Amino acid sequence: MADKIPILKMGRFLLLSIQVDMHDQLALDLQEDLTHQIVRHKAKGVLIDISALEIVDSFIGRMLSHIANVSRILDAKVIVVGMQPAVAITLVELGLSLEGIATALNTEKGMRRLESMVAEDESVGELESGENADTSASAGD
Amino acid sequence: MAKTQTLPLQQETDIVLIRQQVRKAAESIRLGIISQTKIVTAASEIARNALIYGGGGECVLEETQRNGKPAVRLLIKDNGPGIADIERAMVDGYTSGNGLGLGLSGSRRLVDEFSIDSAAGRGTAIELWKWR
Repeated sequence: MADKIPILKMGRFLLLSIQVDMHDQLALDLQEDLTHQIVRHKAKGVLIDISALEIVDSFIGRMLSHIANVSRILDAKVIVVGMQPAVAITLVELGLSLEGIATALNTEKGMRRLESMVAEDESVGELESGENADTSASAGD
Repeated sequence: MAKTQTLPLQQETDIVLIRQQVRKAAESIRLGIISQTKIVTAASEIARNALIYGGGGECVLEETQRNGKPAVRLLIKDNGPGIADIERAMVDGYTSGNGLGLGLSGSRRLVDEFSIDSAAGRGTAIELWKWR
C-alpha cells in the first residue's frame, strides 16, 4: 500500500491521480500535503484524477469538498475528473452531491476547463485592479 | 454453498481490507458493477461507523443465497456505546460526531436489505444484504 500520493506540478497547475484504495489517514495526509503545495508553488489550479477509484464514500467525498474549499480560499481552482459511472450513481444514492466541486469527464476536458476557469478569474482581476495581472510571477520555476 | 469469513475491524486499514473482500465476494456471486459499488460503499460507511463510534469490532462476510438468488450478507458488529435512538440516527444529516450524517441513512439506500440491532450500552450490529 502506497503511503503517499504524488502531486505533480505542471506550470501553474498541480496534478494528482489517486490510484490506490486510500485508507482514511492517507486521505487526510493528501489533503494537508496538497494545501502546502498550493501555497509553495502559488498554484492557480488543481486537477484531481479519480478514474482509478472504485468507490467514493462519505469520507472521500468530504475530503474532496474540503480540498475544494481550502483551495478556493487559497485562490486556486479545483477540478475532479474521471469518476466512474457506477461511483457517480452510488454517490447520489448515498446522498452526497459534491456541491461546489467542478467535475469533468476526463483529464483532457478537465484541463481545458481548469485553464478557462483560471483565465476568466484573471480577466476579472484585471478589470478590478485596472492593471495587467502579473503572470510572470505565478509561472515561475 | 455458503462461504463465510470473519474480518477484524480494529484499525483504519481494516476498512480497506473489508472493502476489498466485499468487492471480491460481490464479484464472485457475479453482481453487476453498480451493485458491487453500492455494497462496497455501504460496507465502508458502516465499518467506519463501527470503528469511530463503536471503538471497533468485526465484520462477518458471507456469500450465500437469498430467496434462491446469489447474495452477499454482511454483519458488522461493535461493542461500543450503542445507539439509543435508532430512528433519529437513521435520518439524513443526523450525526453524533463530526461526519456528514449520511452513513446509516445513505447505506440503507444502497443495499437490498438493512437491519440494525442496537441499544444504549449494548453495542451495535448492522446487517446488510445485496443480491443478484
